[in-house]
Amino acid sequence: MADGMTTATLKVNGEDRTVVFPTHHTLLEVLREECQLTGTKHGCELGECGACTVLIDGKPALSCVVLAAEMEGREIETVEGMHTANGPHPLQTTFAELGAAQCGYCTPGILLTAKSLLAEKPFADDPEIREALAGNLCRCTGYNKIIEAVTWAGAIARGEDDGAPTQEQVFGATLNEGAQND
Amino acid sequence: MTDPKKHGLPGQSPGGKAKNLNLIGKPFRRVDGMSKVTGQTIFADDFVAPRMVHMKLVRSTMPHAKILRIDSSIAETMPGVLRVMTGEGMQKTFGILPVSQDEHPLCIDKVRFVGDPVVAVAALTEDQAANAAAAVEIEYEALATISSVEEAIKYSDPQIHDYADDGNLHKVVSMKFGNPEGAFEKADVILEDDLFFEGNTHLAMEQHATVATAEADGKVTLYSSTQTPHYLHKALTRVLGIPASHIRVIAAPNGGGFGGKSDPFNHEICAAKMALELGRPVKICLTREEVFYCHRGRHPVQMHLKTGFTRDGEITGQHLKTALDGGSYGSYGVASTYYTGALQTVTYNVPHYQFDSIRAFTNKPPCGPKRGHGTPQPRFGWEVQLDKAAQKLGIDPAELRLKNLIQPNTVTANYLKVGSVGLKQCIEAVIEGSGWKERYGKMPKGRGLGLACGSYLTGAGLPIYWNHMPHSGVQIKLDRSGGVAVFCGQAEIGQGSDTVLAAIVAEILGIDIMHIRLCVADTDLTPVDLGSYSSRVTIMMGNAAIEAAERAKALIASAVSEKLDVPKGRLGFAEDRVFDVENPEVGMDWPDAVIAGESKHGTLGVTGSYTPPRSPGRYRGAGVGPSPCYSYSACVLEVEVDPETGLYEVEHVWMAHDVGQSINAASVMGQIEGSIYMGLGEAMMEESAFRRLPKRMSNALVHKIPSMLDYKSPTFLDMPKMTSYVIEDPDPNGPFGAKEVGQGPLLPMMPALANAIFDAVGVRVDQIPIGPHMVKKAMDDLAKGKEGRFGPGKFPDYEFGEALNVPTPEEGGDGKATNNEARGLAADRGTMTIKPVGGKKS
Ligand code: FES
Ligand code: FES
Repeated sequence: MADGMTTATLKVNGEDRTVVFPTHHTLLEVLREECQLTGTKHGCELGECGACTVLIDGKPALSCVVLAAEMEGREIETVEGMHTANGPHPLQTTFAELGAAQCGYCTPGILLTAKSLLAEKPFADDPEIREALAGNLCRCTGYNKIIEAVTWAGAIARGEDDGAPTQEQVFGATLNEGAQND
Repeated sequence: MTDPKKHGLPGQSPGGKAKNLNLIGKPFRRVDGMSKVTGQTIFADDFVAPRMVHMKLVRSTMPHAKILRIDSSIAETMPGVLRVMTGEGMQKTFGILPVSQDEHPLCIDKVRFVGDPVVAVAALTEDQAANAAAAVEIEYEALATISSVEEAIKYSDPQIHDYADDGNLHKVVSMKFGNPEGAFEKADVILEDDLFFEGNTHLAMEQHATVATAEADGKVTLYSSTQTPHYLHKALTRVLGIPASHIRVIAAPNGGGFGGKSDPFNHEICAAKMALELGRPVKICLTREEVFYCHRGRHPVQMHLKTGFTRDGEITGQHLKTALDGGSYGSYGVASTYYTGALQTVTYNVPHYQFDSIRAFTNKPPCGPKRGHGTPQPRFGWEVQLDKAAQKLGIDPAELRLKNLIQPNTVTANYLKVGSVGLKQCIEAVIEGSGWKERYGKMPKGRGLGLACGSYLTGAGLPIYWNHMPHSGVQIKLDRSGGVAVFCGQAEIGQGSDTVLAAIVAEILGIDIMHIRLCVADTDLTPVDLGSYSSRVTIMMGNAAIEAAERAKALIASAVSEKLDVPKGRLGFAEDRVFDVENPEVGMDWPDAVIAGESKHGTLGVTGSYTPPRSPGRYRGAGVGPSPCYSYSACVLEVEVDPETGLYEVEHVWMAHDVGQSINAASVMGQIEGSIYMGLGEAMMEESAFRRLPKRMSNALVHKIPSMLDYKSPTFLDMPKMTSYVIEDPDPNGPFGAKEVGQGPLLPMMPALANAIFDAVGVRVDQIPIGPHMVKKAMDDLAKGKEGRFGPGKFPDYEFGEALNVPTPEEGGDGKATNNEARGLAADRGTMTIKPVGGKKS
């Protein structure tokens, strides 16, 4: 093995990948470069934006500040793992339907954070969703559609019918029934 | 596709219903929606090519300095290093505007800001390139720095650029429409305010990236995160000195742009040059710190605004002065300068208007266009002043605005042609929604409501370089498969333009959007579209797409009409069929209809293009401001202020936007909410601030916050409740009546916050962003019996000389000026002496 290189077998999206990489490289780099899983994004590479979030053993982690060399034996999930043979994850469907992904660059990190939230708290409400996603920046959406999409996906996952966005959320409020709801 | 019925929603927006549209106006899934949620979208940094190598730039550590010596001898011998490149081989300058071609891909003689690129290094791996870049030594001779507009006015030595209107003032503008002096004489009340809007940056989540690939025959292709592939293509042609036809630019889907990827950039040109020299693909992805240096963000603007009103609240005239801190290069700055004045007249009737402006060169990263380009700053001043006027005149702020509303189909004092105006409905919606009448001025201390409006152009009426060609072109290819390939040069930056393109073609041909395959933003393959800026894509590409699709439809109709023996005029196109509208069973499926067309006409291909209508202004500077139509927005914002500390929280935002006609209702909501968010960030916290380090620490002029952690932007936890209203007042110039929505709803946010704080605690903060300490200071002053105001001091002293005189349409003007600008230029001003210490690159 060349100086400063590591060989490791990573379990990514349920598949074992044996990769060789510079020892100081982050999980982000190894996922994107050695594993060619470019679905994981980066906005800072300094742990500040959340774009690089993946799941490690089911928990969200910033892959830009995790060393790949330390990931042997851990379960890693990236956005590529969310769409399975059974089709897209409900979060993927609701994000696409509502336009909760505009440029889509923050989306993989947010999807994974939300997935872990819903796994832990299937009934996550608005404040809980905000809290869980507070470390993920999005510059396009104003976060609103993301919250609606997570709420809706939660309802779908629970087998409920009533989580779909309201007419006002989709088309805007109407003049005569202006929202006076707080 | 989203099935609205499934969600218990009506099928389409009110406008769409009226026009009997199938898809347009409904909420539907973006064509790139699934690829974005599965990680399949290939952004520039995701692109990998065989034999690809990596490039890094060595950037200046000095804010202003002569380059004395570059020593790359160590770097060149380091492992993996393939090439160290300096600016010597690229002598030609470039820049987005023809009037400011002032950038070198790599600086040659001097550097103008911390972050200016000097050397490019290519190596086998990114690590190797970074290590070698760190080993390059550059020796500088420090020059004194210009740090502010005031200093730029005061000192012409050192001069940052050897071209400028006046010393270190890049641009000086002075223009007068009608008789503002007379208007002030007629006024019963005159308000004068000094205001300041700090600079801020786009902070798109994606860092700029580029992959350049060279072909063995000497051609080069760039795959880049750019909003303007066509302009980048032009810049590359100029600098590389090879024919334009040998250069291909493909804009990757942008991970957000907001104006920050609208300039051609050093790294893009260097990557192309490096790829040509090495004969292999070269990638560069900027670090976040470098993105802060590329900047092109919102200009810091100082303003002096003077407006006259009659006792009844009618505006008699206005005089606006703006001073922009432009940073170190031209960028879009000349346009930005004009934009700080141009749109003051399209919201309310301003019969007489004067506008004076300067843009300074300073040794900071260059400013440029950010969402709202040059207009949020004066909009902030205007809407805050209207609030003050309402208070002074004893008129409700909403009433005052409604009283002065611009009428549809007006030509303004500065010759902008306004079409549809849905502002009245917008104001009524947010007034009603927020309970304005019952609550404004009547809530307990600490709670307040603020109202503000805005308007924005739907596409710049003129291209960036003078020409008579279309602004957007669309080409459609159909064949026997039933598949429809649509080609257009437009760049998808997250705003949803791909979806608009596909939806318009699908609507007209009556086919499922899944039959459409897009090929976009490729200078080799797609017809030119000028790019994703100035909210121009939906209207210009949309109109071009309508023309192309109608031509395709006509070809198919003529063939089907023969086949079915039904007159052309009786054929309907819907639900993947072409049929006799009077006898719908008679018809054929879409693929058969295309087969009929291909059998009759041969291979099927059509084009469409769009050029905006000519605007009536004929004076120097009339090119900035005209647009085929203008969007309108109104906002009420509710705030809770702690009367002790000045800490405040925005509780609820009601935003109404006149979009003319929604194309995709889901995308329209997304743009409104995204604008509320970005506007709120600017209003509350975002700032690109700089400082001169103390002498003992080098005197250098540095960015306070080139990191995402320090550059505060709103998170999920900072966002208030939002209620959006989509108003559809169709404009005849828009595709299906559509106007812009990407930028307009941002504009009222900042003044709405300032006005709400006044309603809450009775103090004025005349600058943006509004920090709690500013509110606190103003409250303390008020308590001491002083003026409860926090804001900038006097507008910088500058002698503008004689203004360009343009009689208004009202006065019978023909759009031309009656004189030439005359400026008393003080050729020799002072010499600045504060310079950074040290010279070696550390
Ligand atoms: S890339 Fe920004 S947190 Fe990892
Ligand atoms: S969708 Fe663009 S950053 Fe979130």
